[in-house]
Amino acid sequence: MRNYRFLIAALPLAVMIGLGSMFYERLGKDPSELPSALIGKPVPAFELPGLDDGKGLSADDLRNGPVTVVNVFASWCAPCRIEHPLLTALTKVPGIRIVGMAYKDEPAATRGFLEQLGNPYERIGVDQAGRVAIDWGVYGVPETYLVSTDGQIMWKHVGPLTEDVIRNDMLPLAERLMK
Amino acid sequence: MSGSPGIAEFGHFALILAFCVALVQGIVPLAGAARGHVPSIRLGDHAAVLQFLLVAAAFAALVHAYVTSDFSVLNVFENSHSKKPMLYKVTGVWGNHEGSLLLWALMLTMFGAMVAVFGRNLPETFRARVLSVQGLVGVGFIAFMLFTSNPFARIDPAPLEGNGLNPILQDPGLAFHPPFLYAGYVGISIAFSFAVAALIEGRVPPSWARWVRPWTLAAWAMLTIGITGGSYWAYYELGWGGFWFWDPVENASLMPWLAATALLHSAIVVEKRDTLKSWTILLAIIAFSLSLLGTFLVRSGVLTSVHAFASDPTRGFFILIFLLAVTGGALALYAVRAPALKPGGMFQTVSREGALVLNNLLLATATATVLLGTLYPLILDALGGAKVSVGPPYYNSTFMPLMVPLMVALAIGPLLPWKRGDLLGVLGRLKFIALASAVGGLLVFWLTVDAPLLPVLAFIVAFFLAGSVVVEVLERVQFRKRGVPGALRRLVALPRGAVGMSLAHMGLAVSIFGIAAASGFAEEHLGIMKEGDTVEIAGWSLTFEGVEDVPGPNYTATRGRFEVAGLGPMFPETRRFESPPMETTEAAIHPTILGDLYVVVGEKTGPGHAVRIYWKPFVMWIWAGGLMMAAGGFFSLSDRRLRVGAPVRRAAPRPQAAE
Repeated sequence: MRNYRFLIAALPLAVMIGLGSMFYERLGKDPSELPSALIGKPVPAFELPGLDDGKGLSADDLRNGPVTVVNVFASWCAPCRIEHPLLTALTKVPGIRIVGMAYKDEPAATRGFLEQLGNPYERIGVDQAGRVAIDWGVYGVPETYLVSTDGQIMWKHVGPLTEDVIRNDMLPLAERLMK
Repeated sequence: MSGSPGIAEFGHFALILAFCVALVQGIVPLAGAARGHVPSIRLGDHAAVLQFLLVAAAFAALVHAYVTSDFSVLNVFENSHSKKPMLYKVTGVWGNHEGSLLLWALMLTMFGAMVAVFGRNLPETFRARVLSVQGLVGVGFIAFMLFTSNPFARIDPAPLEGNGLNPILQDPGLAFHPPFLYAGYVGISIAFSFAVAALIEGRVPPSWARWVRPWTLAAWAMLTIGITGGSYWAYYELGWGGFWFWDPVENASLMPWLAATALLHSAIVVEKRDTLKSWTILLAIIAFSLSLLGTFLVRSGVLTSVHAFASDPTRGFFILIFLLAVTGGALALYAVRAPALKPGGMFQTVSREGALVLNNLLLATATATVLLGTLYPLILDALGGAKVSVGPPYYNSTFMPLMVPLMVALAIGPLLPWKRGDLLGVLGRLKFIALASAVGGLLVFWLTVDAPLLPVLAFIVAFFLAGSVVVEVLERVQFRKRGVPGALRRLVALPRGAVGMSLAHMGLAVSIFGIAAASGFAEEHLGIMKEGDTVEIAGWSLTFEGVEDVPGPNYTATRGRFEVAGLGPMFPETRRFESPPMETTEAAIHPTILGDLYVVVGEKTGPGHAVRIYWKPFVMWIWAGGLMMAAGGFFSLSDRRLRVGAPVRRAAPRPQAAE
């Protein structure tokens, strides 16, 4: 009887330890990280005009080329400004190409944004209507994809990039894709 | 800069000192109580008051930095703006992570100081232990601030202008409900400290319940106001006419409330019948743990929520360790000591205490339901499953059905005597009420085409509960025997605890009625309206007369004008703030006792504007009921029997046996 009472009295502690270890496991992981139906699939067919007379962006560009970071951004999006220096830093990583998709943005505003902060993108596709973004399953800006040399979407990040995400998720994967 | 050099550092220093005092308070009285060393025991009182004064000084320093717009303080820069109205400069102090923690700590130490000052009727060693536990909780909180969330961090060079406060937070409702919530969360820490102190002493006398009840009651009433205010804020500010979204942050306040409600009721059983002790102690620990869990969930970023503070894994890690230390320590002590607590006598199922046990079972299940719903996405994700979000359908099919038997138990319980009751007799006294409620519910069902089942059921229990409260009060004042004048005289003379209970129970009936009406029978019109268009809804006729731009103090508003037949114009607004850039909706609400007319004007769409118009029947009753519950709590609190020093002071066993 006494043992039985002790077990019952220890039950709340056991439940708490279980919950606690689960919380510990979840810490530092992003709950807004969404699985994308497109991961492992080839990029959807699309063709976007460039900004002014710059080069545009199309599915063909992604199908043959280096490992590519596709960053969906807009001048009106505050988190895009926050992640911008990280994209600029990424341009210095050898073997990676960074392209941008300007989402629902006036070309003039996009231009102002890049003039102010610098342009890390090798190519920019202007998606003023946001139609291509729908095919890509864009959830909100900023959003970043990693595309392999043969044009497969390998990884996706919703929300601004952080140093942690780049160092721990994106770069290791990019390195594997380069091999 | 306008900043006064040194005041922020003074605040920081006061906080460091408070940390040291908390350490002393957490160790010395506890050790003193174990050894019977009187000066160490008495140190607890002084330390508690000193700790409060130091935290108050730190808080005042932060308020000063906000009021003077001292942007060299990082926290002020990030959350304030020189153009912000003064009221929101002050309330901005707790509208952010660091500042809200400081407010938490302020209230925590205030409650501790109150135990030291007003808890003179507690046995001295017991009070010392309570204060020590409270001190240890304070150590954790202040350390959390000092090591991960220093509100006094400076930036150099100081910026010229602040980043502004989130415009959604610039609202009287949001400015004032968090302090009540925090007071509620923190108030429960006293129940926790009492529980742990009782476990340390290894005994729970009935007087323990009498000591712990006023604190729990005060915390519960504050929490009730906080939740009511938060719900009302969400209703008028978010622009969708909803009053409860089952958002993790809302759940974080609901869970401690449910647990505290259970604790309030089980403490009565401990006091009157000297039983249910182990359960009551566990409830006190769980209620405070749930308060901390809420803090953890909101600030660690493990769950997504519209209310979440900026998340930071380091902070999350610290709170987790703190949560595990507080809860784990208490539960480990519980595991060791609870089996040795003397079980109370057996009791009849049909009795006042039986009904209270049923109430506790249902409340605990409801708490577990909400906990599961809140954590389920997390659990599933941790197990490698899919991403899910748990929404209203889950709660509608789990939480809501639990409320029906709870209401019935609540209606019957107060009519049952202690020890043994006569269920059939009670049902006989309630038969007219039951019949009337059922007829009322069926009438609603019949009058409204395809009425949803759950709201109708809720109407029936709300009527039944309200009726039983009336019956209970009438019986108590012996209305039949004494007639109106005699009954009124008795009503005035009733113990305030009894009146408070009836008021709170009536408040719940009123709330349930409002929830059922507003969620089951609302009408809405969503669409695009052009100038001159007219919409008919629930007997009202609204004509859209266009929009105009209106400048505000730190925003520009697009103000719509609706002419409502028989009422006059209504002006819903959409406000655009500049720093940070953001839009808020200000619904125009015409509140009446029978329901609210709720109008929102949205963005320009084609030839017209997107417009949402709702009729929310009896929606005000939800919050009126909440305030009645809180009023009932405060009214009970003023009961002479609960007041400090009352009633007959039993000679407390002064020299405690050494542990």
